[in-house]
Amino acid sequence: MTFHHDATRVPSRRRALQMAGVAALAAVLAPRLSRATEAQVADEMKALFGGKTMGEGKIKLDLPEIAENGLVVPINIDVESPMSETDFVRSVHVFADGNPLPQVVTYHFTPESGKASASTRMRLAQTQNVIAVAEMSSGALYSAKAQVKVTIGGCGG
Amino acid sequence: MAIKSTPRVRVPAQAKSGEIVEIKTLISHEMESGQRKDASGKSVPRDIINTFQASFNGKPFFTAEWFPSISANPFQSFFYKAKESGAFTFSWKDDQGGEQTATAKLTVA
Amino acid sequence: MISRRDFLAAGTALASLLAAGGAGFAQAVDTGKLTEAELLRFGTPGTFTILHLTDIHAQLMPLYFREPSVNLGVGAARGLPPHLTDGAFLDYFKLRPGTRDAYAMTAQDFTALARAYGRMGGADRMARLVKAIRAERGADKVLVLDGGDGLQGSWSALQTKGEDMVKVFSALGLDAMVGHWEFTYGADRMMALKETAPFAFLAQNVRSIEWQEPVFDAARMFEKGGARVAVIGQAFPRTPISNPRWMIPDWEFGIREEDMQKQVDAARADGADAVVVLSHNGFDVDRKMASRVSGIDVILTGHTHDAMPAVVEVGKTLLVATGSHGKFISRLDLDAKDGKVTGYRFQLIPVFSDAITPDPEMEKLVAQVRAPYAAALAREVGRTDSLLYRRGNFNGTFDDMICDALLKERDAEIALSPGFRWGGTLLPGDPITFEAIANATAITYPACYRNTMTGRQLKDVLEDVADNIFHPDPYFQGGGDMVRVGGVGYAIDVSKGVGQRISGLTFLKTGKPVEADKSYTVAGWASVAQNVEGPPIWDVVERYVADTRTVTVTPNSAVKVTGA
Repeated sequence: MTFHHDATRVPSRRRALQMAGVAALAAVLAPRLSRATEAQVADEMKALFGGKTMGEGKIKLDLPEIAENGLVVPINIDVESPMSETDFVRSVHVFADGNPLPQVVTYHFTPESGKASASTRMRLAQTQNVIAVAEMSSGALYSAKAQVKVTIGGCGG
Repeated sequence: MAIKSTPRVRVPAQAKSGEIVEIKTLISHEMESGQRKDASGKSVPRDIINTFQASFNGKPFFTAEWFPSISANPFQSFFYKAKESGAFTFSWKDDQGGEQTATAKLTVA
Repeated sequence: MISRRDFLAAGTALASLLAAGGAGFAQAVDTGKLTEAELLRFGTPGTFTILHLTDIHAQLMPLYFREPSVNLGVGAARGLPPHLTDGAFLDYFKLRPGTRDAYAMTAQDFTALARAYGRMGGADRMARLVKAIRAERGADKVLVLDGGDGLQGSWSALQTKGEDMVKVFSALGLDAMVGHWEFTYGADRMMALKETAPFAFLAQNVRSIEWQEPVFDAARMFEKGGARVAVIGQAFPRTPISNPRWMIPDWEFGIREEDMQKQVDAARADGADAVVVLSHNGFDVDRKMASRVSGIDVILTGHTHDAMPAVVEVGKTLLVATGSHGKFISRLDLDAKDGKVTGYRFQLIPVFSDAITPDPEMEKLVAQVRAPYAAALAREVGRTDSLLYRRGNFNGTFDDMICDALLKERDAEIALSPGFRWGGTLLPGDPITFEAIANATAITYPACYRNTMTGRQLKDVLEDVADNIFHPDPYFQGGGDMVRVGGVGYAIDVSKGVGQRISGLTFLKTGKPVEADKSYTVAGWASVAQNVEGPPIWDVVERYVADTRTVTVTPNSAVKVTGA
């Protein structure tokens, strides 16, 4: 994948779509760009978590349904936890399964964090799933997934 | 080698004991992913800030490991549970071994 | 010559006109003169009254506006209002064909009924109704709210960058509005308009990109009829995708459902007796939001231009759809106290311009704001033999004309015209004035580009736009109708997934399939890219109409729709 910081090198599909007057294709939609395979993502997660069972719930993953700019997609993660000395969220790992390198960010929290919540901004090369895995102080794992559409818009209404 | 840009931090100056405060940080950086080719078709080498850490009175309480999918000029917000007055230290470290820091005081009433 | 109002009184003449016009069915036409009193008739007044207008697209003068005859719903919205047209719409709402209501809310027999019932809207007529209701209820019991797309869509609005409409809304006594096309005047202009306006500009869902902080006030609490009424604003969530992001580079939008819940909770905590969301989400997005955010009493919907004679109830939330272009004002009376709404009465008031006496003050203001452009607006460029309208999911004759203009004036093989839902309708025989052209094209990024595109790129464009209309989950939809095409035809299966809907792309000139790797010359307008070069669309269309003199648009059969 190419992350185009350089506005003069706009991929042709993006330009075509913008020209069509239909919307800003903000992200990097060069045709046939490489993306991580599901197997790659699974492998990475296995390396990190050793194939342990993951529960559902606990994680609130806040992402736009449609990215306004694929280069700057806001993400907020909020994990339910008392964040006490004995019961807290140790880490949260975020993956994007359609990027060439699926790892996005890993957070390490402590009871002093007060709450296991963080926001950042990421690049998304195309429509894909964003996956968050939370590791609790007990060792228990939880995961959550959300799809983000990286595309053009409608015609303005 | 230091990271050139000056980071910006938003953190409340005062908090009540037990209050959970939000901290927001920004730093200018290309976050060169290592996936990009330049105009001549050559790969542009990876150069990102890979670690952000927040400490209070010298004790780290929040760490973010950033990967190449993090956007340029990385933004990070997170929380801290105020207990006592003191100082935050924030640090950003890049692939070249460069570092940048910022500090902020917190008064707990 | 018989005046329109006399004509309306002549019921039998109307019936014979419809028969002569080939309407071809025995219908119950509305006879007798429609009076203001009838339009204003209402049941028991509530604790307070909400008057809602939306998507008037800066239309100050009465006009014709034909509702869509194709308005498909997908996913959970399939077959539900507002995705009903013509006969199905009339059946659902128990309206009779040929009546004033049928004319106002559907496309059925549009030309004949338009000739009978006349133009709708007009700021002076709206002002008359608003004043009458204020007088009836007392100003302290009436809340006047605009759902956005109010400041854009006419030549005078474009020339004054929205200022003429701020004056008109101020004179109307507006309490608050939200935005979408307003943002296409650019961030600085938007802020300047907000600062000068005496009404609130609300948006809970716009953040600064840099620090993720609110750009606008999210909500305002009004005291009306002794009740505390919280109004929460929701801007069009897809503005930076559907319109040029470079005009608002520092702002981020989105639906922000959780933030909406927080606003509702905050309003309740602040003692709201009623919580009203003034929204530009579009109807299907609002219907979903109503099912997921608790504690909203009313969503005043906008953006999708739907007009419905009854509210849609989703759980305890009432959804109001007031149409567009000043054709309607919604009146909603709520019984509210002790933090609860216990009852409501609703009336969609059609603004029949011939039945309403213009408000003299507003009439004067409208004339004043239009005066600098009066000569340009009145300029007759040509005439039309065909009904020229815009609405419909796939094509409209007005856009067919624009595509013809693009093909000819820009010497292109393929034309693309955005699926905007605004712009007036012209009846067969009507003059095409510059105003009529501007009413369908007056935007801040009007350049007509001329470019080459491969067949594959063209298909990508159609697929991506189709997904923004026909994604089964409304939160993933972008709004707007399908991009209009000239020079090509295609088939679309709206039930399929992204990338799978479009097939049979055909180059109409030769009748051969569009080839994926072949390049075609494409002309279009309203590109959201920055620094697009080319003449403004209104010049291109004006030149074409002037050359053609009398425009005839043959019905477009180049788009085949399945899966609906």
